[in-house]
Amino acid sequence: MKIMNMVNAINDALDIKLKEDPNIVVYGEDVGVEGGVFRVTEGLQKKHGADRVFDSPLAESGIVGTAVGMAAAGLRPVVEMQFCGFVYPAFNQIISHVSRMRNRTRGKYTMPIVIRVPYGGGINALEHHSESMEALYAHIPGLKVVIPSTPADAKGMLISALESPDPVMFMEPKRIYRAIKQEVSEDSYSIPLGKGKILHPGTDVTVIAYGAMVREVQKAMVMAKEAGISVELIDLRSIYPIDKELLASSIKKTGRVVFVAEEPTAFGVGAEIMAIANEEAFLYLQAPPKRVSAFDTIVPLPKGEHHYLISPEKIFYEIERTVKF
Amino acid sequence: MDDQGKIISPSHLPEISNELLIKAFQDMLFARTADQMIVSYQRQGRIFTYPPNLGQEAIHSAVAQVIKHDDWLVPAFREMGAWLAKGVTLKDLFLYFMGNETGGSFSSAHNMFPVSVPIASQLPHAAGIGYAIKLKKLDQVVYAFTGDGGTSEGDFHEALNFAAVWKVPVVFIIQNNQFAISVPLRMQTVSDSLAIKAQAYGMPGLQVDGNDFFAMFAAIKEAEEHTRTGNGPVLIEAVTYRQGAHTTSDDPTKYRTREEEEAWQKKDPVNRLRNYLIDKKLWEESREEELISQFRKEIDRIFVEAENHPSYPLEDVFQYQYAEMPDDLKRQKIEHERFLEWSRSRTKKEVAR
Repeated sequence: MKIMNMVNAINDALDIKLKEDPNIVVYGEDVGVEGGVFRVTEGLQKKHGADRVFDSPLAESGIVGTAVGMAAAGLRPVVEMQFCGFVYPAFNQIISHVSRMRNRTRGKYTMPIVIRVPYGGGINALEHHSESMEALYAHIPGLKVVIPSTPADAKGMLISALESPDPVMFMEPKRIYRAIKQEVSEDSYSIPLGKGKILHPGTDVTVIAYGAMVREVQKAMVMAKEAGISVELIDLRSIYPIDKELLASSIKKTGRVVFVAEEPTAFGVGAEIMAIANEEAFLYLQAPPKRVSAFDTIVPLPKGEHHYLISPEKIFYEIERTVKF
Repeated sequence: MDDQGKIISPSHLPEISNELLIKAFQDMLFARTADQMIVSYQRQGRIFTYPPNLGQEAIHSAVAQVIKHDDWLVPAFREMGAWLAKGVTLKDLFLYFMGNETGGSFSSAHNMFPVSVPIASQLPHAAGIGYAIKLKKLDQVVYAFTGDGGTSEGDFHEALNFAAVWKVPVVFIIQNNQFAISVPLRMQTVSDSLAIKAQAYGMPGLQVDGNDFFAMFAAIKEAEEHTRTGNGPVLIEAVTYRQGAHTTSDDPTKYRTREEEEAWQKKDPVNRLRNYLIDKKLWEESREEELISQFRKEIDRIFVEAENHPSYPLEDVFQYQYAEMPDDLKRQKIEHERFLEWSRSRTKKEVAR
């Protein structure tokens, strides 16, 4: 065991798999010499060589598009999109090829590609650097979309992604890249994709979150506890495939559900959760399912971001309203 | 070659055996025969939308004579002769244009990508395959196609740049057939040529008469030797003319004149090579008639076989999306099957009544 933050844990997972699997290549903007703008790939080029860990020209469509060719030719590319707001030039490659090649070719060519995307707000950044667009990718058939909330999960989930026969959008909550430290095994271990996790069992209300919001919910739970509310906290971990079974059984048990995320509210992951609550647990519901997610506006620049970010207090407010409905 | 098939620049004539030359011509005849038959099948309502190859066969045949078994082909959608050289069966080709992915996977073609419908988006794939070839130290070359319209897409530029920076073995071939559906070349670019765009990426660019088999063969050969020996990618602009419509849904009379079409028909690649071969006593018209009638029988037989291909099962909609079907998809399938069962029982009741 070793104390790691999420940056260390992701780096460790890449290091382990680069050693194990000679077909893995890691590339993107600044990932080689500098180790990425968040230093996630720091030191990997020195260890594994500049032909396997390298800087690419600055062009997102080219980065993902070349990964499609590499994957078909037997490599397992891991590409970094520098920020969630910079993925859009690559969107055509993701939706037109990465997600479809297996189906289009009836399995002749598969796309074992990991697209790493630092996402989310709360880091006082410029425009385009704070977005949470996971729903865009979850809506595309053929992709897996996963988001870890702890260093240990990040390592195990990334190792699974690096063994996945299908493309994975691995979205990294950059706000907690260095905020959480914990003991992480130095061994290679994997956490299955597609499974959520009950972080805290409870009886009054199911709260579903992922990424950086898990920690905010945990803060809200201190207030909930003082108010005598028993919260069942689920870390969704995988946006798609979504762990419907786990969500449905928890919602049936508590009869109430609050969803917390940084994403814009309309047509988002939260809408899917609301649908699951209604389709799978309609007769068990004792209060309307509730979304606590961002406004349907552009993320404000840092001076206005406090209006936009989801606070623990707001989460508690909605939990209490739902329980008292 | 001039328009009559006379060699005008003997010093540039590539070395090619008579045997291979006749094969190249027969490949062109076969592709042209199949192409024309597919257009008529489409007119009979037996096949869906199809993009004809008429007039561009010399380009495809030149690639077909040079490409090796392990080389990669990254197609756009209008290079049938090159597909057939990679081992695409006519049955698969027919199935694809009849609307069945079983055909479009080109399962019999080793190292060949499927058709890429979003224009030029396949070109970065070629650069990526090139990177894998280089990393694994394989003796392979990638041939990647696009059209003149494709050169306006960002992916064209990104692909050329990546391939050049990584110095990978890719031959990019632009089939400049003068039109992107209805939009003429002058509205795509004001560059002196399409080949000149190679200069910006630091790679050789060749502009070639795409209707002259010898010129195309020489260019492909030269590009292949350059790139296979580790000198990085090459761009070839094959200047040609799409004698047919963009697809069977298109009407070229709206955007070009009869005079222009006739002028280009005089440069037809099949006629030029035929004239050359006849002049050299390597070919006779009577032989061609017999061969084409054989081709037609064979093509029609395979077409009927494709028409009788088993219907598309529901399972096929679901089973290829992921390696392991997610629970959600399994449920969607089961729910739909439940509906189908209900629907069948309802029909039975109707019949009984």
